[in-house]
Amino acid sequence: MLHLPPFEYFAPCSIADAVNLFAQYGDDAIFVAGGTDLYPNMKRRQFTPKVLIGLNGIDGWRGISNGNGVTIRAGTTLNRLSDHPTIRQNYPALATAANLVSTPQLRAMGTLGGNLCLDTRCNYYNQEFSWRQALGFCMKKDGEICMVAPGSPRCWAVSSTDCAPVVIALDGRVRLVGPRGERVIAAGDLYRDDGIAYLGKTRDELLTEILLPPPDGTKSIYLKLRRRDSFDFPILGVAAALRFASNGEIENARIVLGGVGSRPLECVESARLLMGQKLSRELIDAAADAAWKPARPLDNTDSTHSYRKKMTRVYVARALEALSEK
Amino acid sequence: MKQVLHLRVNGQAHELYVEPHKTLLEVLRDELDLTGTKHGCDLGECGACTVLVDGTPILACLALPIELQGREITTVEGLAHGAELHPLQRAFAELNAAQCGYCTAGMMLSAKALLDRETNPTREKIRDALAGNLCRCTGYEKILEAVEVAGREIKK
Amino acid sequence: MSNVIGTPLAKIDSWDKVIGAAKYADDMNLPRMLHARILRSTMPHARIKSIDTLDAEELPGVVAVITGRDVPIEYGILPSSQDEQALCVDKVRFVGDAVAAVAALDVETAERALQLIHVEYEPLTPVVTMNEALDETRDAIHSGEHADHHNIHKMVALEFGDLDAGFAEADYILEENYFYQGNTHLALENHSALASFSPDGHLTLWSSTQTPHYVHRALAKTLELPASRIRVVAAAIGGGFGGKTDPFSHEIVACKLTMLTGRPVKITLTRQEVFYCHRGRHPVLMWVKMGVRNDGEPTALHFRTMLDGGAYGSYGVASTYYTGALQTVTYKIPAYKFEGMRVFTNKPPCGPKRGHGTPQPRFALEIHLDKIARHLGLDPAEYRKQFIVDDKTKTVNHLTITTCGLRECIDRVVEASGYGSEKRETRNESQESKIENQKSKIKIGFGLACGSYLSGAGLPIYWNQMPHSGVIVKVDRGGGVAVFCGSTDIGQGSTSLLAYIAAEEFGIDVRDVRVITADTDLTPVDLGSYSSRVTVMTGNACIQAVRPLKQKILDAAAEKLLVPAESLSFRDGEIICEDDDARRLKWTDAVVLTEAKHGTLSGTGSYKPPKRAGPYKGSGVGVSPSYSYAACVAQVSVDIETGQVRVEKIWLAHDGGRALNPLLVEGQVEGSVYMGVGEALMEEMTYRGGLHKAPSLLDYKSLTMNDMPRVETFLVETNDPEGPFGAKEAGQGPLLPVPPAIANAIYDAIGVRIDETPITPDKILKALEEKEKGRTARFGPKNFPNAPYPEPLHVEPPEDAPRLERKKG
Repeated sequence: MLHLPPFEYFAPCSIADAVNLFAQYGDDAIFVAGGTDLYPNMKRRQFTPKVLIGLNGIDGWRGISNGNGVTIRAGTTLNRLSDHPTIRQNYPALATAANLVSTPQLRAMGTLGGNLCLDTRCNYYNQEFSWRQALGFCMKKDGEICMVAPGSPRCWAVSSTDCAPVVIALDGRVRLVGPRGERVIAAGDLYRDDGIAYLGKTRDELLTEILLPPPDGTKSIYLKLRRRDSFDFPILGVAAALRFASNGEIENARIVLGGVGSRPLECVESARLLMGQKLSRELIDAAADAAWKPARPLDNTDSTHSYRKKMTRVYVARALEALSEK
Repeated sequence: MKQVLHLRVNGQAHELYVEPHKTLLEVLRDELDLTGTKHGCDLGECGACTVLVDGTPILACLALPIELQGREITTVEGLAHGAELHPLQRAFAELNAAQCGYCTAGMMLSAKALLDRETNPTREKIRDALAGNLCRCTGYEKILEAVEVAGREIKK
Repeated sequence: MSNVIGTPLAKIDSWDKVIGAAKYADDMNLPRMLHARILRSTMPHARIKSIDTLDAEELPGVVAVITGRDVPIEYGILPSSQDEQALCVDKVRFVGDAVAAVAALDVETAERALQLIHVEYEPLTPVVTMNEALDETRDAIHSGEHADHHNIHKMVALEFGDLDAGFAEADYILEENYFYQGNTHLALENHSALASFSPDGHLTLWSSTQTPHYVHRALAKTLELPASRIRVVAAAIGGGFGGKTDPFSHEIVACKLTMLTGRPVKITLTRQEVFYCHRGRHPVLMWVKMGVRNDGEPTALHFRTMLDGGAYGSYGVASTYYTGALQTVTYKIPAYKFEGMRVFTNKPPCGPKRGHGTPQPRFALEIHLDKIARHLGLDPAEYRKQFIVDDKTKTVNHLTITTCGLRECIDRVVEASGYGSEKRETRNESQESKIENQKSKIKIGFGLACGSYLSGAGLPIYWNQMPHSGVIVKVDRGGGVAVFCGSTDIGQGSTSLLAYIAAEEFGIDVRDVRVITADTDLTPVDLGSYSSRVTVMTGNACIQAVRPLKQKILDAAAEKLLVPAESLSFRDGEIICEDDDARRLKWTDAVVLTEAKHGTLSGTGSYKPPKRAGPYKGSGVGVSPSYSYAACVAQVSVDIETGQVRVEKIWLAHDGGRALNPLLVEGQVEGSVYMGVGEALMEEMTYRGGLHKAPSLLDYKSLTMNDMPRVETFLVETNDPEGPFGAKEAGQGPLLPVPPAIANAIYDAIGVRIDETPITPDKILKALEEKEKGRTARFGPKNFPNAPYPEPLHVEPPEDAPRLERKKG
């Protein structure tokens, strides 16, 4: 059996306590909510924190509240999220994405905050210690070079969160609380294009809330490419959100790809092409083509990178087609 | 360092003295001798260690007992009422839904959570509910049947 | 007679499984037990220069550390392949090869200690691909005695009948290359072994093994202990599929450590280690040349295989022969040439997985036939039916067909699926689209394929004259019956089967029968759960053990009832006179009478398959008491834009002879279909260099409940004279037709051939691109390496084998 490395465990009751604890232990500590991402990595010795700060006991850590849009507490489990009537009604892409994460058991344990902060994945990295030892270790953990692109100065581990592309496409923001106070940033700014330093927050900042604006007629969809209909991480995710004017013209468009880079990839050019236009076969194809170009999957997930790139175009087109039908 | 831990498992309270990094799976098997909960991967990739926490299926290999104090944990050993088997247990045995038996505990607990919500689920719903439990023996066919039969039995 | 045989009953060991009480090896603990872990090679190919264990030994909590020098004696499952060491002494041959072991007070300490063992390696160039194995400038993985030539482990060439004449008679000859990818068993239970050594020199091993008898032999050899002082017990087994049929390093290591420390020692492998143990399906490259007449009648078949064996022999010699043995048992083939070769590579060793060496050639052959049928404009189902082998005949390579229900199998699946009728249509996956309809993107197709498998190997692994299976039956004066047999139940129900047979024979309730299995101290030898041998062999042994006992009981009852023994029968817990049913005795009373008369009531039975090996070297592989048959229709939908294949439904008819418990036979069929669909679409062992790419349950893709198609099963019950109550095998055969049926269905749907597994979306898109460009609409191997196959051994076919009728010239 694989074992967790020993650690000291703290269960703060408030966000402030959690942040203070982290400040106290610094580099030795890691925040943990559902644990479904962290614990496998700890068992494989990607992380060996001396201190775990468990967040599940925090008062108000879970829950979804309506207001001007919706506020989702970071500790809300993925199954609660996907079952929530408001989310299903107003933000169906998010309900879909949450429901496509892994398995029922994982969704009962894993949280939205955890999924958004999911460690980037790479099949040279998500392996047991002895495997990585046989490989010679990669730069993301214990090594010097990127195994998938050995000449590269950076790590190309893949952003594999299902929910992040959707939250970004829906114009979501996230609240971060840290020792220097709190801030609210656009969800897209939570990510950086680097497989190691993939988060746009400091380690001592805690993601506490996800804020989504009122849907305002926005239609959204999430499509996921993976080998099996359960368990698997996305090897391509497409989140698309469109708002149509009454005359059928697109007023607002956002398309975000997951699983094809170290961060969710926003298809700015596709959105630009769609704005102010009515959907047509030609427009969909042009937008899909524009999304296909910047997608740069590498050979470090399931399936082949050329197939994943090819599918970018197909999945974006299909997402737009589906939105045109809704 | 070991800590005192209060766990409720199958309706029974336990006071344990364990290190906080021991997963629920290790505590169930090694401390409580509840070896009916199996391990297939230890990484959340197979569902063999599925147990119920307050009626919801979770994976014991990725759960810390320290976080589950005060919750009701159910393992395969807690499915039967005394000597009377749960309808799922009877159906799994009688319909040959357990071949090697290694996924059986997790499979039945995922199914129990479903049948506790609805006794007459569609095949689609059964598939969705059990999609986190791998089986290598049965091709799932007899498992689907057993869950349906158990559901009908519960409804009676 | 009672009504047990043929009745859908629960397995007798199901009850312990559903309450969580069944004890698998890792569920067992003994007082003072130590936990052991194995250090494994991080190099695919290297010489071991030194191993320093001092730091590990000094870690508090560590009790013992051993290396290869402590257990240097070579072993292996086949007498001809004694090429493994429990811990490598001089050389490591794959990433994962065992190098040293630690026993400690707890697992975590043992794991920490592994990090403190310092191994100095001298790297050698790894041999990773089959082409590299053929390159003689690369280092040899094994010394000469273990290989036919350099890195070629085994070479074989056999020719039956006149091949040239056969091809000369052909109107159409088709040649093609195929590749079947390697994959693994992925039993949900990781291997585990618990060993205990008593001060009087008795060693006991509880292990998740399908073959306690062969583990017994390997322990005696490697530990230099008399076999009489070793007891091997198979614990409850959490799935096998062939993955637990070799003696394993960790079993020997656990025993050595308990002998050294005097404390029980348990080793449970991690999932990654199980991937390294492997012994799974060989990757096989195949070249097929088949000649047929215009009506499709086969005139000659030339079949060449190359197996990527991985680092050790394992069952590989047998696997090599199996890639050529069973091509002849389905259709009449008058001339057949087989060339096989297995090479060593620096990867985890391949071995037997469900279907052992036969799903690969069956995949190639059934696709090949589909191509031929379509070329000739014949219906693939009707075409096959014309040339099916007849009962009570021999094949060109001297295999004996007792019963063959293949024709009926084909009829059943064709009828149920509507195969061949015009029921296919394009289907619209998404709703009507305002933009442009998607209708043309999803294509439906149907494919058919057949298969056959043996009901147990006709020869034992160690050639000798002893039985393959032994059963002891004891009848207690309280009426209880105990059946003792060395067979191992891996979930298929072999233990229950013995109870059914005893209950049927004695006319008693199944619950009055206890079965004690898989314990070399308590039970007579059964060779193990492999080659689909258990039902036929243990069943026959059980009947043989029971029948003399029945006679004794009948005689005693006849004396008491004052009727002739011939008029009595066993029914519903009584012995009843068929002529006068007022004359009856309770079973328990009859047993008491009999014991009073004869003393302790017990019987023994032994089974040895009929001697049928042909008159040539290599004829031992493929012979069997009987062959099962299966036909499969697969319905698939293919998305031509994404290449994604969905297997919508599988119809499978299986001739497993009489179904002793239809519920269990259906379970074997459904499980086989599951595994076949997985192998066809996604399961694969992939490597980067010598390193396994995906040794985890997440990355090695196996079908989830959501991916599994509906299965409709038909049991075609021939009454085979060799089987107990007419039974044949069911555990492996139903897998064989599934992958080629899916490949044929994909062709039917989109007109491209995928001649290799797994059939992944990217391969489909590539084949579609080829089609679009007007090139061969195919994805698969383009050529076969130039390899030194030996001159074939020419074998005269038997009298009653299919004959080539000369029509030309």
